[in-house]
Amino acid sequence: MSLVYAGVLSHAPGITGRAHLVENTAKRDEFYAALDKQRREIQDSGAEALIVIAAEHFANFFMNNMPAYCIGIGSQYEGPIEDPDWLKISRTKVPGAADLATRLTREVMKTVDVAYAEEWKFDHGIMVPLHFLTPEYDLPIIPVNINCQGPPLTPLHRAWAFGKALRRACDSVPEKIAVVGTGGISHWPATPDSGKINEKWDREFLDRLMRNDKDALLSYDDIQTYRDAGQGGFEIRTFIAIAAASGGDGELQFYTAELPIFAVGCTVARFSLDRTA
Amino acid sequence: MSLYHLQKFLYELNRDETAQQKYRNDLETLLDDFDLSDEESNALREGDIGLLYVLGVNGQILMHYAAFLEIEWFAYLELMREGIAKHGPVRAGVYAMTGGGESFTVEGKKR
Ligand SMILES: [Fe+2]
Repeated sequence: MSLVYAGVLSHAPGITGRAHLVENTAKRDEFYAALDKQRREIQDSGAEALIVIAAEHFANFFMNNMPAYCIGIGSQYEGPIEDPDWLKISRTKVPGAADLATRLTREVMKTVDVAYAEEWKFDHGIMVPLHFLTPEYDLPIIPVNINCQGPPLTPLHRAWAFGKALRRACDSVPEKIAVVGTGGISHWPATPDSGKINEKWDREFLDRLMRNDKDALLSYDDIQTYRDAGQGGFEIRTFIAIAAASGGDGELQFYTAELPIFAVGCTVARFSLDRTA
Repeated sequence: MSLYHLQKFLYELNRDETAQQKYRNDLETLLDDFDLSDEESNALREGDIGLLYVLGVNGQILMHYAAFLEIEWFAYLELMREGIAKHGPVRAGVYAMTGGGESFTVEGKKR
């Protein structure tokens, strides 16, 4: 059929791993409720597979051979690679969608060069979203990675082009597909500044994202982003790809900068799907 | 400069259970497979998070390593701050400390 759901959510490891340390438990639970609503929306969409556009953190790809974009075409995956006690997510097997992912990859390749991988170990960037969105791990997953860690990084307009290509691919197959982008907005994870959040920058970015304002979204540059939003801000590429794929307006369902122990402004949003995207 | 190899060591360790066994049982052989300076090898022998951070190991790679060493969250952040106090600012990469070394969470400030 086509794309039936598009959304974004945060993936920081603290969201599960440091849940027990949170003082503002009311806000934490509000966030978890928003994630659970997202789970139901995906379920209600009838999606037969979930594409997760993630920004991984050296679980599979390293500077010896770094793809700007990669699609997982394996039949099964495993995660998390991190210590399960640290992430508070048990190590598990996750079903892939080998045939569908291969057809999508072939279609994407008509306009955008992309790598593919039959092996993929999930890190927190995918496991945290799955923990909330498909807690039984019974929905076939197609992992996608955009390199947001090891510069040189793909330019934002290419992340947009990739999102467009993925949408065309989804609309070319009979299956119903959901897609989520996971990343952070401003944040300084895995530094002593962990917990620092530039809420003003986040809200400006989210405003552009919800309006799906292509020019405004693509006007960020990495030097400014690094200064104002930290290296974690490079992950806006995943959100931008979702905006391009949806072609519709966003609805910000949850945002807070009041859970710095999670080291990110916690975000949940969905997009309407423009049929002409 | 062999930061690339230092990070590659940790990348392999973080994702490969066989490498993790080797790290625990036969670290010297594992180290031999990588082109590391003495400072880097020693930092790995000692699990010196502060020095590895200052040497420029990508924060994500280092965070996984700290979890593997079972270092508690706030202790891990403190080890990076101590590394900077001892060795100076981060020498490479995009994970430099940009704040003043304070904690950005109420939970951390109480420690
Ligand atoms: Fe991330």
